[in-house]
Amino acid sequence: MLAEIAEGVRLVATLDLRLWEIVALSLQVSLSAVVLATVVGLPVGAAVAVGRFPGRHALIVLLNALMGLPPVVVGLVVYLLLSRAGPLGELGLLFTPGAMVVAQTVLITPIIAALARQAIEDAWREYEEQLRSLGASRASAALTLVWDTRFSLLTAVLAGLGRASAEVGAVMIVGGNIDGVTRVMTTTIALETSKGDLPLALGLGVVLIAIVLALNAAAMVVKEAAQRRYG
Amino acid sequence: MMLPLKLEAVSFLHVIQPLSIEIEPGPSTIILGANGAGKSVLMRLMHGLLPPTSGRISWRSKGRQAMVFQRPVMLRRSALANVVYALELAGLADAEKVAMEALQEVGLAHLAHRPARVLSGGEQQRLALARAWALHPEVLFLDEPTASLDPSATREIEAVIRAFDAAGTKIVMATHNFGQARRLADEVIYLHQGRVLERAPVEEFFSKPATAEAAAFIKGELPWA
Repeated sequence: MLAEIAEGVRLVATLDLRLWEIVALSLQVSLSAVVLATVVGLPVGAAVAVGRFPGRHALIVLLNALMGLPPVVVGLVVYLLLSRAGPLGELGLLFTPGAMVVAQTVLITPIIAALARQAIEDAWREYEEQLRSLGASRASAALTLVWDTRFSLLTAVLAGLGRASAEVGAVMIVGGNIDGVTRVMTTTIALETSKGDLPLALGLGVVLIAIVLALNAAAMVVKEAAQRRYG
Repeated sequence: MMLPLKLEAVSFLHVIQPLSIEIEPGPSTIILGANGAGKSVLMRLMHGLLPPTSGRISWRSKGRQAMVFQRPVMLRRSALANVVYALELAGLADAEKVAMEALQEVGLAHLAHRPARVLSGGEQQRLALARAWALHPEVLFLDEPTASLDPSATREIEAVIRAFDAAGTKIVMATHNFGQARRLADEVIYLHQGRVLERAPVEEFFSKPATAEAAAFIKGELPWA
């Protein structure tokens, strides 16, 4: 076990080109998904937080429930949509990084929307009277709140990124784990483990955890600095 | 001139019993009453933050009004930007310049570029007043604006409220602080369990309360006033 960890660390430290391609693709896919999910999820979260419309409570329950979507199920549904016979088959996305971005976006949009909804609604409770007194419409209040809770929303976005970079089921199904095309860190770890190549699997595991740790540490630093500065 | 403000048989749930009053321009009106008497709800009904359960609330004409709350709510941006924000929402020109003048008025110009939420409680309340000042409202509602402040911060807030009055803004303020009512009021509206029991000039209210409830309230509160 120790020898294997050492070998894994050596693989990472010696900048194995193939390994870094895998890491780069993982980041590219997950970061793209996070950007798309943020663009969709933040406005949805803000609208649900501040809006008043029939079915709002049901929507909140649904969003919260969708946070726990099983990646393999998302993968399966996106697979069916993108497969040649499916409604979006003509796009030819299946077994490309694009399909993986789609699947991860579907997976994490509810996470970002639900966490954003919570943060913005808490702020709305504090600000509502003041903003209404100043004559803010609900739409402009929502924008104000998104900006004012920006550091909390960073946590929501990071939660999405954590989920995207850690999941294996969805990208495995829609990407196909094709060497040099759609192979990412998590699918490689699954594959190498089943093949018995533990050092590579462990090396990638270390990299994956290090990336997630670094991102969260950076976010924490930003958030704390902002808290001190802006109260 | 947007005043008088007319409340006709206005009620709110069981908090405000159907009441009819008129708020005229001119003298400062203080709404006095114990905790739970319905002061805050009445102010919110007047300001339009709560819809009445029944009855009618009407202004003579449209005009600008502002409200300062017990606990100021500041956005995560500079003091100046908080005032500018209010001016932009109101669609007023020269926001930056007007905001700076308002900060000067309340003595916060030197803190203009500080983040608003790290200011002290008293400074934040003065900033809330600056935000209202910049809007040049015809009517200013204040809901226990000094309830959580120390005496020196309270004095500063009261000075700004007097400046509003001097500038021609109609003051409508809720408080349970007798000293403050005496210092700032021209007339008192005494609220008890959601009903207006008395409305009288301030000296008359304190020296010759017309109802037993008001007399008991004044007697009970005086030692701490």
